[in-house]
Amino acid sequence: MALTKNKIVESVNELGFTKKKSVDIVETLLEIIKKSLESGEDVLVSGFGKFCVKQKSTRRGRNPATGEDLLLDERNVVTFKCSGKLREGINNRK
Amino acid sequence: MNKLELISALKKEADISKSEAAKIVQIFFDSMSDALTEGERIEIRGLCSFFVKNYKSYVGRNPKTGDKVMIKPKRLPFFKCGKELRERVNQ
Repeated sequence: MALTKNKIVESVNELGFTKKKSVDIVETLLEIIKKSLESGEDVLVSGFGKFCVKQKSTRRGRNPATGEDLLLDERNVVTFKCSGKLREGINNRK
Repeated sequence: MNKLELISALKKEADISKSEAAKIVQIFFDSMSDALTEGERIEIRGLCSFFVKNYKSYVGRNPKTGDKVMIKPKRLPFFKCGKELRERVNQ
C-alpha cells in the first residue's frame, strides 16, 4: 500500500478540520512547494531532505528504440537529496 | 525555502493559525518519512513519487585516494518527479 494524498488528508482531518478544508489545506501546501520549485527556489526540510532544481544544458542524445541521434534541449529537473536522519531511519529498519 | 517559510506561507494561504500550519507541515513530512522507513511507496499526484531502492554491497573506490573500499548493502529513497511539477519547472 502506497502513501497517497488521501491518507495525508485523513490525518489533517483528524486535527478537527472539515473534510473539504483538509483537502484545501493539503492542496495549498503542495501548491506552495510546486510554486517554489517552479520559481527555481529549492525546498529544504530538515530531517527529511531537500528538493533542488537543477539546470541541465543541451546535450546530444539517442532514441534508444530507433538509435536515431537527437538533440535534447536544455531543461530544468527536480532532484531530491535525502537527509542523513531519514537515510538512517530507512537503513535501520529490520 | 525552508520548513519555517513553508509554515508561514501555509498559514497565510490556507488561512489557518501558525500552530495548525506547523502541525500540518509536520504531518506531511512525517507521513512520508514513516512510509519510507517502513519501505512503503509514496505517490503524491503532480508532485512526486518515492520508493525505497535496495543496493547490494559492492567494492567502491575512494575517489580522492583511489583506495578500494567495501560498501555495505544500503537502502536509499528513489525520487521521481511528478508530471505536473516536471512541466512547470520547465516553463
